[in-house]
Amino acid sequence: MALDVITAILVIAGALFAVIGGVGLLRLPDFFTRIHGAGITDTLGAGLILTGLMFQAGVSLILVKLILILLFLWLTSPTATHALARAALESGLEPRLSDEEEVTPSNP
Amino acid sequence: MTYGIAMAAILITMGLALVRASRGPTVFDRILALNMFGTKTVLLIAVIGFLTDRPDFLDLALVYALMNFIGVVGVLRFSKYGHFADPDPDETS
Repeated sequence: MALDVITAILVIAGALFAVIGGVGLLRLPDFFTRIHGAGITDTLGAGLILTGLMFQAGVSLILVKLILILLFLWLTSPTATHALARAALESGLEPRLSDEEEVTPSNP
Repeated sequence: MTYGIAMAAILITMGLALVRASRGPTVFDRILALNMFGTKTVLLIAVIGFLTDRPDFLDLALVYALMNFIGVVGVLRFSKYGHFADPDPDETS
């Protein structure tokens, strides 16, 4: 019973962070800021959801598989994001700074 | 109940990532959105496995996590060099 409550809290918190990161990916103005949104869902959202599922698994092979999935996600997601940011920077994409002019179409 | 809420939230996030992937504007935005979509797919498979009480689904989630990483790095190499071959040693910084 207590384990179910812990699972519910962790999984719902992770789901909340996933949605927050998704909204950030959609709403933030620049590619380099959108990485923040994707980072939230990749580490905190996935970590909380999988940790919540671990409390339902007990000590078994399922727990080992969940830990492996979590480790792979935590290793590969930041690596992919880092490679992505470096490739974007080398391809000439500049981070948008606050004192630059607005690049919206309404402000030519 | 908990798993249903988590599934709905993950599906909403996947939808948001798809919107970003279709809007762009650069290719890197699309790759970032696809990477996030793949991560959410792993979570969705794991949650479905617990929802339907079939923990074998975790094997699929594990394989999908690895495939997602390889796919993203492959697309990155293609977008940087234009081909999948090894880059010239002189060309790399």
